[in-house]
Amino acid sequence: MTITPRLAWRNLWRYPRRTWLTVSAIAFSAMLLVFMITLQLGAYDMMIDTSLRVFTGEMQIQRQGYLDKPQMRASVPAAQASAARLRQATGLQAIAVRANGFALASSGTRSYGVPVIGVEPAFEPRVSTLPRLIKHGRYLSGDSAQEAVLGAALARNLKLGVGGELTLLGSGRDGSVAATVLSVVGIFDSGNPELDRHVVEIPLRTFQDVFSMGEEAHAIVIAGPGMEQIKQTEARIAALLPAGQGLVLLDWEKLLPGIKQMIQADMVQNWFTYIILIVVVTFSILNTFLMSVLERTREFGIMLALGATPWRLGGLVLLESVLLTLMGIVLGIVVGGGIAVYLHQHGFTFPGMKEIYAQFGLPGVIYPKLSFASFTLGPAVIFLFTAAAALYPALRIRKLNAVEAMHAV
Amino acid sequence: MEHTVLCRNVSKVYRQDTVAVQALTDVSLEIPRLDFVCLSGPSGSGKSTLLNLIGGLDRPTGGEIYVDGNRVDQMEKGALAELRLRRIGFVFQAYNLIPVLTARENVEFVMQLQGVAAGERTRKAREILKEVGLEDLENRRPGELSGGQQQRVAVARAIVSAPSLVLADEPTANLDSKTAENLMQLLRHMNREHGVTFIFSTHDKLVMEFSQRLITLRDGRIVDDVRRD
Repeated sequence: MTITPRLAWRNLWRYPRRTWLTVSAIAFSAMLLVFMITLQLGAYDMMIDTSLRVFTGEMQIQRQGYLDKPQMRASVPAAQASAARLRQATGLQAIAVRANGFALASSGTRSYGVPVIGVEPAFEPRVSTLPRLIKHGRYLSGDSAQEAVLGAALARNLKLGVGGELTLLGSGRDGSVAATVLSVVGIFDSGNPELDRHVVEIPLRTFQDVFSMGEEAHAIVIAGPGMEQIKQTEARIAALLPAGQGLVLLDWEKLLPGIKQMIQADMVQNWFTYIILIVVVTFSILNTFLMSVLERTREFGIMLALGATPWRLGGLVLLESVLLTLMGIVLGIVVGGGIAVYLHQHGFTFPGMKEIYAQFGLPGVIYPKLSFASFTLGPAVIFLFTAAAALYPALRIRKLNAVEAMHAV
Repeated sequence: MEHTVLCRNVSKVYRQDTVAVQALTDVSLEIPRLDFVCLSGPSGSGKSTLLNLIGGLDRPTGGEIYVDGNRVDQMEKGALAELRLRRIGFVFQAYNLIPVLTARENVEFVMQLQGVAAGERTRKAREILKEVGLEDLENRRPGELSGGQQQRVAVARAIVSAPSLVLADEPTANLDSKTAENLMQLLRHMNREHGVTFIFSTHDKLVMEFSQRLITLRDGRIVDDVRRD
């Protein structure tokens, strides 16, 4: 081994207390970042997963252009048969067909314009948590049942309860009048005001009859085997899409762009806080490095006199900073990672969190996301900042004059 | 005659704010190879300034300085560092060892700067430490050595890379007379056995006795230059 690494290492331990304090500051911030980032990414995954599980699914097959302009005519032909083929080909059972329409929902003297969704009662519970969020009554019983379930807020507005009659009046795919009277069998409370205030679900076959859809529908909803495998699932489904029907496979980012935007905004906000923390730590480290260089001015003068170049001495100071930072970062990753691994297995929650989340059908426990990126991203930024901080004292050495430096006290 | 050092009309003026201090005035001297030269004179006579200029640690205000035929006063910083690394050894008054390195590592340090391979470095360092009588203390750090021992390490460091010139600025100033005498005997030995030119400064009469040539400076000028051998 060359002498330079030994020299750098021993220089660090001239003042062990100062070194430990600096290492502790770096370790603490690295630990905090590892913990916060894993928790943050875990929370995002939970948010995405929960949002998708409530209704949207992880991906949908639709007619091209339907997402931007949802017209009745932009339908998926033979949707149930296609869904059955997909289930068979992929082995995924969480695939369900939906048809979407719009109608005036009336009860007594009250009427509201609402989206009406035709669902397959047998498969819908596999792609959506709404069927499990029925607070009164039950979910739809069969494809052709003359039944409806609706959101709690809508039920309140229409003054409807289980057993009440809901009249729907809209227009069918062919422009004909679509009208029916259905019995309310269940009322769901998802915690999502949009769904609770507007949505009416009815059996798919009933929908197709009322809205003159024939065998057609508007979406095949797929809830993949998990967020980690979403890309592989997407590739498999895309390969199975029938050609020439103008169908497209849309992932959750396209279906719910708001979630991604919200996550990005949250990330920016959190990183702003992290950067402030890192800058504070960086200044304390800069102070340590500066003191370390200033108190060794005489020694640097000797080395310059012996023939060392300022670049080499600058390199020595940088190496010291790298060693110091790496010690802190490794310590921080071990402690922060340990906490993250523990919480990944046991979940992170705080008193009252479960109860609040349960109202919205959410699990109420966050599991930190363990990945190479979540473990290393924060510490890597700390490393870059501290390396930049060490540049200043390293560059100061270039200005040293050997004779003057050797006379420094 | 072959010269290790040649100075022609060297002068040095230090500026402190608006005051100019004339440290050296029109100094000319030739130091042949293998010479063992003592610069003497009172404090402020210009001894250290002259050593610093010859060693390329400082630049003269006027005149020319050559070391081994290389014009030092016009060299770039990088070339000067290279010259010091390859051709000049330094022994300082205050030992000036690197405190976190052991005696052997201090000796190896210069060789590492030169790019000498690790095995070769260690072998040479051990050899030279044995020659200065510190073979049993090679793993001690400077703080664990006496002043005389530290100065011997400094001599070993200066000589190990086989320079043609060693500059020693008051090397015995911090040593008692017995240790100072031993050190001078060591320097003389190195001068003869390793074929290295030595220039050292002192105001200690005992140390002057060891020199082959005694150059006396006063107020920045050479006032006497006596060959004693």
